[in-house]
Amino acid sequence: MLQITNLHANVGDKPILKGLTLSLNAGEIHAIMGPNGAGKSTLGYVLSGRPGYEVTEGSVTFNGQDLLALEPHERAAAGLFLGFQYPVEIPGVSNVQFLREALNAQRKYRGEAPLSGGEFLKVAREQAGALGMDMDMLKRPVNVGFSGGEKKRNEMVQMGIIDPALAILDETDSGLDIDALRTVGDGINRIMRKPDKAVLLITHYQRLLDYVKPDFVHVLDGGRITRTGGAELALELERDGYKELAA
Amino acid sequence: MSPAAPTRRDEAWRYSDIVAVAAAWPLPAPESIIVPASGNFARTIVQDSGTIHQLDIAIGKGATAAIHVLNTGGEYGRVELNVTLHQGADFKLGAVQIGGGSQTLEVVTTVTHAEPGATSSQIVRSVLAGTATGTYLGKVAVARDAQQTDSVQSVKAMLLDRSATANAKPELEIYADDVKCAHGCAIGELDPMGLFYLQARGIAPAEAKKLMLQAFVAGVFEDAADEEMLTETALKKLGELV
Repeated sequence: MLQITNLHANVGDKPILKGLTLSLNAGEIHAIMGPNGAGKSTLGYVLSGRPGYEVTEGSVTFNGQDLLALEPHERAAAGLFLGFQYPVEIPGVSNVQFLREALNAQRKYRGEAPLSGGEFLKVAREQAGALGMDMDMLKRPVNVGFSGGEKKRNEMVQMGIIDPALAILDETDSGLDIDALRTVGDGINRIMRKPDKAVLLITHYQRLLDYVKPDFVHVLDGGRITRTGGAELALELERDGYKELAA
Repeated sequence: MSPAAPTRRDEAWRYSDIVAVAAAWPLPAPESIIVPASGNFARTIVQDSGTIHQLDIAIGKGATAAIHVLNTGGEYGRVELNVTLHQGADFKLGAVQIGGGSQTLEVVTTVTHAEPGATSSQIVRSVLAGTATGTYLGKVAVARDAQQTDSVQSVKAMLLDRSATANAKPELEIYADDVKCAHGCAIGELDPMGLFYLQARGIAPAEAKKLMLQAFVAGVFEDAADEEMLTETALKKLGELV
């Protein structure tokens, strides 16, 4: 589904990714772990097309398409979803309006008919309910006045509504208490654990992986993948730390 | 003989399109509106053809006046309000200016609290692209005896291009000592991270900008009888700019 080959990327003039190669197949959940500054968030931003994140070498194909040739909104329509580490507050724009426009823009891009207000609200209510978010929050401006945990929960509600083929979740577990972590973990499994979907979980800690069991764990260090293993690699990292591993 | 056309030395015309002003000179006398005691007055001004509107409004004891302005059209458009509040009167202004190309758009107000206990609120939002200029000059004058005056000015401008210009000058002239006069002023650009967030969810760049600008001007036309028409017209104009 996603094939990243020898990816090099700069933020400003600073090289961050230095030859990253990674392949995700449908039905797989991959976790990327690594120390601060390893390039984990940069990878998420490069894949979703954030301005200022410049690819200098390498290629990324997504379902056979050259992902890097697409604009951010086209990548979304093609089925890629980035769960933000720091979801952005947008004063004055309600969640409901934002998500309906987003979903219908994607549908239009794919040549599908738009959802009516009623159809959309039904989907929104289902997803919000499954993640324990009440509809009043969906009517409020996007992320404004939300706690850290509520913002992350809102990202998952968005993911449920948009129903992407590939989710890149950038530290979705940070800022969550234990109950919220479980809710979010259940959400990821329910929405994304399907034979035609894939997930790239970017995380610092093993604890989310207790709820969302990865098929592969990769260590990202110095801008490239330095080790790959199964779920047990995360436990090893948690026990020994990244330094030990690098030695 | 009418007085000579103003020049840039006149503070109230300092940022104006002087050539356009000279061409329109001499101006007809301002429209005079007198709101009788306890009366209620409302007016919507849609400036879409490059004209100069001048209104003198006297608001009687305990009366209210609400003016909503959408200033969008022509090379030079100006809405000038000269408001006098009597005891316990209330004045509300909600104005949106949307300009692109080389347009010059202005809202110029003088609000005089002549007697005690009157309230005034002015909200002005400008969205400017290209080399357009948007100006708000707003003077609030509080007379010596006009105690318990409560006045608010909220002025914000959004620049879509670095080549656009926003001028904002809220100004207070207070001769009473028991008054509340608040004013806030901000000029900024669309938040790039917000735009990216919207795009990452599938919204095309122009639509993302439009959505954020819609939020920026939202609320200004609340309570207007023509709220729907004003909002729709504003959105259409915003759509042309992004």
